[in-house]
Amino acid sequence: MACLNADGTLSPSGRALVAALAAPSTPEEVARTTGLALYRVRSGLRELVAAGLVAIDGDRYRAAGP
Amino acid sequence: METTDGTTTGARLPRLNEPAPDFEATTTHGVIRLADYAGGWLVLFSHPADFTPVCTTEFMAFAAIYPELQRRHTELLGLSIDSVSAHIAWVRNIEEKTGVAIPFPVIADLDRAVATAYGMVMPGESTTETSRCVFVIDPIGRVRAMIYYPLTTGRNTEEIVRLIDALQMSDARQVSTPANWRPGDKVLIPTPPTVETAAERMTEEFASRTEGFERVDWYLCTKSVEAV
Repeated sequence: MACLNADGTLSPSGRALVAALAAPSTPEEVARTTGLALYRVRSGLRELVAAGLVAIDGDRYRAAGP
Repeated sequence: METTDGTTTGARLPRLNEPAPDFEATTTHGVIRLADYAGGWLVLFSHPADFTPVCTTEFMAFAAIYPELQRRHTELLGLSIDSVSAHIAWVRNIEEKTGVAIPFPVIADLDRAVATAYGMVMPGESTTETSRCVFVIDPIGRVRAMIYYPLTTGRNTEEIVRLIDALQMSDARQVSTPANWRPGDKVLIPTPPTVETAAERMTEEFASRTEGFERVDWYLCTKSVEAV
């Protein structure tokens, strides 16, 4: 669990990823925005999608809002 | 196939220029898949055990080359048959005692799934630890180089940087690199495939149109190339 803590709150990298998704972005764009390595972005986005916190639109990811 | 003593037999080991075995693994940086590295180079390496002296010096050496590897679009991924908590404790201890931060993830391969797929356990050395293996995986997921060192002997991490440089040069310029090649050195022109091209290689016309051309004989010629 790199992006989510055991209590369901976001870890620092999780918060950085969600903040970077204010506008729909590709993993490459998120990596540039956050400074995180691309493998960490891909891994983290997968985790956030599984948790329902991020949604996928085509090749872009966005924060899952109401 | 798992035997009663915990060793593995009959597993198909990775081969050069074939797809690297896929994996999804728990690491110190979360759950990582091989596909997460697609588009860049990956150096996947194993060490025998956390909190051991040779491995500690190797981790410090791998940390030292990490910025150089990143400049080459290359990531590092460690592995041993230890828990993620042991890995975390060890990398924190390395930083506390030496000041060296370990910036790359380490796979906690307690079920040996990745170690088995990559043939990292050498029963002749140890049935409980991974040997010092290195797999260089290219941007399309092929195994491009493999290095195996015994438990007793720490690896030369500068050689891994040199290896990445050589592989990237070969891919970019369709050339081979000679022994001990370093960026900036001349590269080898591929061996002529026919008697006609072998004869051409011996002509002054060929020499004059090839930058930095040097010829020992038709099969051993070098030239200059631009950096990758």
